[in-house]
Amino acid sequence: MFKIEKRPIPSAKWNWGAPIVAVLLTMVFGGALFAVLGVNPFLALEKIFYEPLLGEYAFYYRPQLLVKAAPLILIAIGLSLGFRAGIWNIGAEGQYIIGALCGAGLALALYPMELFILLPLMVIAGAIGGALWGLIPAFLKVRFGTNEILVSLMLVYVAEQLLASMALGLMKNPEGMGFPGSRNLQQYPSAHNAEIISGTGMHWGVVAALIAVIFAYIVLSRHMFGFSLRMSGMAPRAAKFAGVNPTRMVLICMGISGALAGMAGLFEIAGPAGQVSIDFNVGYGFTAIIVAFLGRLNPVGILLAGILMALTYIGGEITQSQMGLPLAAIQVFQGMLLFFLLAMDLLTNYRFRPTAKEAA
Amino acid sequence: MDLSSINPVLLLASLMVAATPLLFAALGELIVERAGVLNLGVEGMMITGAVSGFIIAVESGSPALGFICAAIAGALLSLLFALLTQVFLANQVASGLALTLFGLGLSALLGQGYVGIKPPSTPKLDLGMLADIPFIGRVLFTHDLMVYLALALAIAIWFFLHRTRAGLILRGVGENHDAAHALGYKVVMIRFAAIAFGGACAGVGGAYLSLVRVPQWTEGMTAGIGWIALALVVFASWKPGRVILGAYLFGGVNVLQLNLQAAGAAIPVEYLAMSPYLVTILVLVIMSAERSRAPASLGRPFHASH
Amino acid sequence: MGTPLLTLSGLTKAYPGVVANDDVSFDIQPGEVHALLGENGAGKSTLVKLIYGLVSPDSGKMALNGMPYAPANPNAARASGVAMVFQHFSLFDALSVAENVALGMDNSPPQGELSTKIRTVSDAYGLPLDPHRTVGDLSAGERQRVEIIRCLLQDPQLLIMDEPTSVLTPQEVEILFKTLRKLSAEGTAILYISHKLEEIRSLCDNATILRLGKKVATCIPAQKTAAELAEMMVGTSLKPPKRAAEVSSEVALHVSGLNLPPAQAFGTSLRDISLTLHKGEVLGIGGVAGNGQDELLAALSGERLCAADQVKLDGKPVGNLGPTARRHLGLLAAPEERLGHAAVPDMSLTENALLTGVTRQALAKGGWINWAAAKGYAERIIHQFDVRTPGPHVAARALSGGNLQKFVIGREVLQAPHVLVVNQPTWGVDASAAAAIRQALLDLATQGSAIICISQDLDELMEISDRFAALNEGHLTHARPAAGLTIEEIGLMMGGAHGMEAAHV
Repeated sequence: MFKIEKRPIPSAKWNWGAPIVAVLLTMVFGGALFAVLGVNPFLALEKIFYEPLLGEYAFYYRPQLLVKAAPLILIAIGLSLGFRAGIWNIGAEGQYIIGALCGAGLALALYPMELFILLPLMVIAGAIGGALWGLIPAFLKVRFGTNEILVSLMLVYVAEQLLASMALGLMKNPEGMGFPGSRNLQQYPSAHNAEIISGTGMHWGVVAALIAVIFAYIVLSRHMFGFSLRMSGMAPRAAKFAGVNPTRMVLICMGISGALAGMAGLFEIAGPAGQVSIDFNVGYGFTAIIVAFLGRLNPVGILLAGILMALTYIGGEITQSQMGLPLAAIQVFQGMLLFFLLAMDLLTNYRFRPTAKEAA
Repeated sequence: MDLSSINPVLLLASLMVAATPLLFAALGELIVERAGVLNLGVEGMMITGAVSGFIIAVESGSPALGFICAAIAGALLSLLFALLTQVFLANQVASGLALTLFGLGLSALLGQGYVGIKPPSTPKLDLGMLADIPFIGRVLFTHDLMVYLALALAIAIWFFLHRTRAGLILRGVGENHDAAHALGYKVVMIRFAAIAFGGACAGVGGAYLSLVRVPQWTEGMTAGIGWIALALVVFASWKPGRVILGAYLFGGVNVLQLNLQAAGAAIPVEYLAMSPYLVTILVLVIMSAERSRAPASLGRPFHASH
Repeated sequence: MGTPLLTLSGLTKAYPGVVANDDVSFDIQPGEVHALLGENGAGKSTLVKLIYGLVSPDSGKMALNGMPYAPANPNAARASGVAMVFQHFSLFDALSVAENVALGMDNSPPQGELSTKIRTVSDAYGLPLDPHRTVGDLSAGERQRVEIIRCLLQDPQLLIMDEPTSVLTPQEVEILFKTLRKLSAEGTAILYISHKLEEIRSLCDNATILRLGKKVATCIPAQKTAAELAEMMVGTSLKPPKRAAEVSSEVALHVSGLNLPPAQAFGTSLRDISLTLHKGEVLGIGGVAGNGQDELLAALSGERLCAADQVKLDGKPVGNLGPTARRHLGLLAAPEERLGHAAVPDMSLTENALLTGVTRQALAKGGWINWAAAKGYAERIIHQFDVRTPGPHVAARALSGGNLQKFVIGREVLQAPHVLVVNQPTWGVDASAAAAIRQALLDLATQGSAIICISQDLDELMEISDRFAALNEGHLTHARPAAGLTIEEIGLMMGGAHGMEAAHV
């Protein structure tokens, strides 16, 4: 028999080893799932993990990778700050939608005025919208002690209904011949979040994601705010003793994560998605939770995890179109990854030891 | 708007139906939380129950078998959570979220061939004379077995928690797992059982959605009911009696907004549709004033150090 | 003597890095009060866990009434007639007294019958208890009664008591001893774990002394002096801390009319606390656990705020300032709970040095952390306070209680506070570390700092305090000069015997 025992110091080796083992285990069990679904697992895994990066058509997929990874990373960075402080914003999807609505709303209101600072203004509007939406659960938490998990999640459903209302009502394209959805921002030059370098997928959202990674890394490792944040999550009483104001911490974390999610939504709606439509959101806000954990709540880790997760999205599309693998299988695959990661986390903080032979 | 098209008898009767899935899921979670575990995976377990109950009922033609299998499916999925949090000592919040994300994906995968099918209908109980009582009879006594089972479950759980030794032990584990361990109780085993029970209840609640309430299978059909069930447990201050109250309140809000939609209310459909979620938030805020006490060990990891 | 009730022979139990019990053997006779004496970390807790079935030995045997005894779990131990009163962690705050008792019994009668039984037994042994009260609302002494009654209802042959007097006032200790003597007269053996020598000398028939997991001696404590017992327990004779008492008349800290509601369920509210502390003075604050110690520390450290004038530091109102601002002005604190309050368990010592050191040691500039300086400060603490650790990169939770406590106290002392408030500075700490910590506090006072030492260890308070006050249900008594106070007087200041109005002793 083995016995689980807490390590005196978390293992640095397993801190990075655990995600890798989790990915490998997910490949094994995910492959088995694909096999059950009647798809050649080796071929499927190759299409998911190899083809988009180095395959024959990689030139087409690689830009997609950035397009998909950017919102995931941007949102996950914001979430990771809160998660580290023990503040569970799981309503990023809602903040993403509201951010997109605010930014797009600004552009649609000004249409067709060409204004060179329109896109930056939209980004600001998106960030403010997302932040305010994120601050609702934060405010209710600090003022009334409500649970931020439940409130932020309820607000996702509210935001989805708002989106539907906007797409079918206020923001509907007046020249759209009755079809739902707004004007396409891709055809509104001032508002279009276009590729910075054509054909690379590199739009302003990618730049913002990279800046967020670098900024988060520096703040977490070098600034008192990052230190306070980590303390709050590890030992709330000690943080309070050290002088951290828990109320302010909740407001700041929820505000930042809301703002980043809102920005991600704006970049998406002004770029790849193009228009306000009832289903423009595809669950990045929820997948970003997986990305944040998979990246160990570490900015660099999140960068890598975001790219990996984008890979599964693109791989999922390839396997769906070429091999008939249902898209839901990829969702299961992502869920599995999170499961294995959480399980493997044990190795970071605990170790197995053979139990001494029981006295006869 | 034509308010006269809303029939109060039908409204109240369908309120009971609408409340039933919530009631099952919330009662299950209540037991889990009373044992000191916070399982945020209710939504995932519910939808897995919804799809597996639906599939089995369609394939076998027996709704009863569907409900049983939904309970098993919910319990099996919850055991994954139990394994993660009780054996692998993973964070309960993260594991619960993982369960929900996984459950949503799994159900979508399983339910692919079943979209748009009608399930076998769940028979109404024949309560004879009772159903003939004017008004009350139509409201209370024209339902299927599961509606009454949910109510009976609430009473049974109250009795279990407050009148049996096993219930006392469960409360003890949730209140102070270190003390329970020191007295020789198997904290992890008890929690495994509680989690599995919660999963089974959520599964049944989900199946009630797909087999009776809607009744059909669509992807993501739980639409946050699992999360509302979690809020309901807080609303109920971890008391079974108040879970009934809360579930019927939410059922009422939901049925009312659907009726208003149908009656062509002046309020846009989307704003009516968001009302259950807004009410949930409102209730959470109101309840927070009452300083109700959660089980003291709720959400804290337990690791016997000796 | 006949067959011993319990025989331990060659019990050994090792944990990674430490042998908790090394070949321990001794006997307990029926009706005997047997002391298990040793300082923190000597292996007392592990030994009783072996006897109570919470852990199993690596080697060695036990026998109960001559029959082999190897309990697989506490239920088995209870079934064999072994009961235990824990020092911590065994009551359920939100449950009633009767429910708590029921959880500790293997076949408890229905609640109504049980309540009657609780009343009967509690009256018979002079430990009055209302079975319907919620345990979280009881005083520490009453909570202990719940545990004792829980054991007595099962007619144990052997009752294990782990540091039972640490939560009692001297008056309550007397009552407890009467109960224990009565039990012993009725034939129940008692294994009494303590490091308080005078208690053991007055109560126990025999004593087994453990040091570093090994049995040092078994003796009759009444025939030894406290000093002899102490030397056997610690291994060397310790010098009591010295100080050059020189209290200034200048006021360092003034608290007046401080009221605070409890921060959480079952907490204590502070009621009309007033105190004056002079430069160079050590004010000892005694009291049984749960009478407002944590709350007082929080109110002084700035974790909880009050009206500005209610707390004045060097004449300046600071009641409305948070911890950082108070630290800046020179009011520092070290809370009781080392892991999770005074220090972050999973953070390194460098990070933990930064935790309170950042303000006064200027370890950050404009919010940007100077990690080299923080590491340097951690190293200074480690060096000057003799903290045994491989280095400042080690996580706080990897340190032993004594070493972490030295680190926590050292972290505050080295910041040259005007006023330092410490709560239970030597709780769970071995004797040599405790002596070092007390000496550091006295040295700090000699340099002119004012110190409030909140503690439940009366010996410690008498050793280092200039004046003594006691907390009782959130009230603070007037401070009296410590020299010349009798145990009786101290006990009355602490509230005498709590909740004994209905006692029939």
